[in-house]
Parts: sequence; C-alpha cells; structure tokens
Amino acid sequence: MANTYQLKRADFIFRNENDWEKVLSDARQKKPQELINELISSELKGRGGAGFPTGLKWKLTSEAKSDVKYIICNADEGEPGTFKDREILSKVPYKVLTAMAICGYIIGAKEGYIYLRGEYKFLEDELNKAIDEFHYHCKEIKLDFKIKIFMGSGAYICGEETALMESMQGYRGEPRNKPPFPTGAGYMGKPTVINNVETLAHTFTIFKYGAKKFYDLGVQYSRGTKLFSVSGDTPKPGIYELELGMSLQDFVYEFGDGDTKAVQVGGASGFLVPRKKFKDAAIGFQGKLTGISLPTGGSMMLFNSSRSMFNVLDNYLEFFREESCGQCTPCRVGCQQLLIGIKAVKRGDKPASYLDKLLRLTETMQYTAKCGLGQSVANSFSSIVENFREEMIY
Amino acid sequence: MSPIQILIKDLADKHGRNRESLLPILQGVVEQEKYLSEYSMVEIAREIDIPAAEVYGTATFYSFLEAKSMGKNIIRVCKTITCAMKGKNQILFAIQNMLKIKTGETTPDRMFTLLETNCLGWCHKAPAMLINNDVYTDLTPEKVREILSMYMKQEIIN
Repeated sequence: MANTYQLKRADFIFRNENDWEKVLSDARQKKPQELINELISSELKGRGGAGFPTGLKWKLTSEAKSDVKYIICNADEGEPGTFKDREILSKVPYKVLTAMAICGYIIGAKEGYIYLRGEYKFLEDELNKAIDEFHYHCKEIKLDFKIKIFMGSGAYICGEETALMESMQGYRGEPRNKPPFPTGAGYMGKPTVINNVETLAHTFTIFKYGAKKFYDLGVQYSRGTKLFSVSGDTPKPGIYELELGMSLQDFVYEFGDGDTKAVQVGGASGFLVPRKKFKDAAIGFQGKLTGISLPTGGSMMLFNSSRSMFNVLDNYLEFFREESCGQCTPCRVGCQQLLIGIKAVKRGDKPASYLDKLLRLTETMQYTAKCGLGQSVANSFSSIVENFREEMIY
Repeated sequence: MSPIQILIKDLADKHGRNRESLLPILQGVVEQEKYLSEYSMVEIAREIDIPAAEVYGTATFYSFLEAKSMGKNIIRVCKTITCAMKGKNQILFAIQNMLKIKTGETTPDRMFTLLETNCLGWCHKAPAMLINNDVYTDLTPEKVREILSMYMKQEIIN
C-alpha cells in the first residue's frame, strides 16, 4: 500500500466559488431527507479530529423533537500545529455561512453561532462584514436564519463541544458528561449540531458537486480531502489540501527536510510516529485492515534529528497541564504528575523504570478522564516514551 | 456612577442581563480596562444579579480575562512547540532586554505587559506573538525591536 500510494493534491476548500446564493437556493428546493442522504452517502467525517460521521449527526439532530435548535460552527482551533480554520474563515467565509444556513434548513434551526477563539479576534470585523452581507441575502430570499459570532477568551478545552457550549452559556469551559449528546441536548439544552469549520466547508462542496465527487476521493473509510497544517522542520510550511489515505512516508518525502526523525500527527493530543514506522502509517480514520491508521485534525509537525524528544514531550505536558480544565482528577493531577515525573527521570532522581509507572498512569487517564483532553494525553506520551526512551533518560 | 459602572451598564444593555451575557460583558470590560478588578467583578455580579464568586470563578478560567492589573499593551509570546523550536526564547530575551522586565511583569510606565501564551495558530510562520489583538509572525530579535519601537513612537505622538 505504502509503495503504491502517491500524495494527491486537491483544491476544493479554497477554490473561489461565486455562486453560493445558487447553492443555497438549490438546496432549499430539495427535501431535508434528500440532503441528509446525500451527506451520508458522501461518508464525510468530522474534520476536527474525532471523525464522527457528519450526515448521521445532522440526521439525529433533525429527528430530535424541539421548537428551538441550534447550529454551531466550532472555530476554537486550539490544537498545537493547526491553523487551517483561520484560513477558511478569512478566505472563504461564505462557504461556511452557506453550509450553516443549509444545515439550519435541514434540522430546523433558525440561529447559528460561530465560536471564534480569542486569539483570532482580529478576524472578527471581516467575518462580521461577511455575515452582514449574508443576512442581507437571507432577507431578500425570505430565509429566517441568523448567524452570530461568539468570542472565546483563550481556553484550549473550549474546543471540546460540550465545554464550548458551557462557555457560550456563561460558565467555566468544563466538559459535560455524555450522554446526553449535543444532538439531543446541546446549547441551552436544545438539540444542536456542532461542526468544525472545515467540515462545514466540505458540506458546501458536497451540496454543490454531489456526494459522488467527494466519495471518489480518498480511500475506504476515509473519503474525501482534508486540509493539512504543515509546520516544524520543513522547507515548505503551510496549508495543503490532500486526499486522505496517503502513507506517512510519501508525506515526509514531499514535506520533509531530508532529515526527518519523527512526525507528530494530530497535534499534541495525537501520535508521534518515528522514522522507522513511516511506511506503515497511513493518514486516515480507523478501519483499515493492515498498518496503523492515524486520524488527525490536520496538524502535521515534522521534527528533524536536531530536536530533543524530551523537550518536545516536556512542551506538550506543560501545555496540557495549563489547559486541563481541572474538573476531573485523573486529568488535573495526571498532567501535573507526568510533567514532574519525566523531569525527575531526566535529572536522575528517579530510575528509568519510573517511566513505566508513568505509562501506566497515562493508561489510567485514558480510561478515567472525562473528556478527550485527559484521554488523549496518553497518545503523545506513550508514543514518545516508547519510541524514544533513551532520550527521556539521558 | 463611576466610569466602570457606566461601562458595565452599557455592556449589559447591549448583551443582556442573563448568564449567557456574562462572557461578552467580561470581554467588554477587559477590552477597555485590560483586566478585571475585584471592583468591576462585583459590579458585573450586581448588574446581572448572580453571585460575585460565580463571576470570579468564570473569569479566572479564561486565560485572556486577566484578573490582575495589566499594561496598556499586552504582549503574548507563543511558547508552544513549533514557536519554541523556532527561537521563541531569543524573542523573549529581546523583549525582556528592551523593556527591562521579566515575563509576567509590567513596565513602570504601564505601557507594556509581557506574557507567554499557548498555541496562537501561526505555527507555519513561527515564532509568533500577539500585541493586544494584532498578530506578528516570522519574528526575529531585530523585527521585535522594530515592532516595539513603533508602539513606543505611537505613544509619543498620542
């Protein structure tokens, strides 16, 4: 597989399309059920990283019984190494707005929100202009749908969907217990669709060109294209749209600097893949029979051999320690102890075998933490410690 | 009424007086005042009729809602992995040397506060920093010194 697959570039997301009014009116000619079927047959999965089937999410919300429903665009892009959502919102905001309106039509929502992270406040004015223009058009075609921006204030955890809703309701951004899921009880306890910026932009492509066009790209279980935020030790950092399913070897061949030691796929909460495993790793969602499948929100950070993996892990853990919301004990205490632990091993205060204890701690966190943050600390921790154990000790 | 009370009342008129308005009101006060004093948090609690402890608890959760006095311009240097790899420390040293303050401190003239922050989302143009809401990327120590002098000059003109 790895030897036959080549990197396939695509250009859908940032392609300038001037006919969003037509895409919107065409969609409103169809029945909601038709549109949902279209979306389901495209096999689009959430592009924020978790990969929940988008069509199913919209279907569940459309079936929920309530007078009031909401659609939220999650633009709290906080994962280290990802910056694609900002580009979408600054270059093609009308695609996201149109997709939100179509979603509103399907599920029966009259209000949409864009939760924009505080770090992107400079985007607010431009985005509000685009929204005003959009509202003007909605008024002309007598579509009752309003979009508002809600500004975040610097909290990584608010990218978690239920924490984001807590934040919008004026509380600390602490994740809720699931179930109930947002499709049944989300913002203000009402059925809510919450999608990543890129996911919404892909639905625009699907509604415009049809599900087949999207389905034909990528590989089984991982259909379509994805934006990748490439950074670190690479001669060409930036944002690239590629078909899913590529091997990491091909990716490194294209983007590496010739001395790539490891790639962090999926940001600090993702996995670190060392050089010797590049050819076995494919970028896409779980489900392939052979090799490692790595789901990702699009963050690809390359490290060359001049980088110390201890420093990398130290940086991630510091990040998690600060961004843990503190609500559940495994994550709050776990992140602190992992950071203290690896430093003690490095100094020689603790024996190397202490790393195995820390690995068991991350396992406990994986099973007991309440949300994705605490559960996924194990991903980067174990993949770094297991593959670069000597760098942790000496 | 004190100026802050008037500000809070205006913000509450604009955003509403329910719990969902709390974050927009807090953000509005921070935009003007740069931070949330105990006084303003108590006033916000009074205005939207919730316990002051709730206001404090919510405000201190968010890293951009500062609860201690800040300078006029808040510098936030990104310290997450890519920026750290691409020379964040040199940027910090350049700022510290120029302003004669450490990270977390405010200059005596209250012009600048220097902070470190988590990923700003500019990894492809690292290192990066925010001054208030403005982003500066691909930083070098020289570039940082130029940017800060620009802010200082503007202050003299104003």
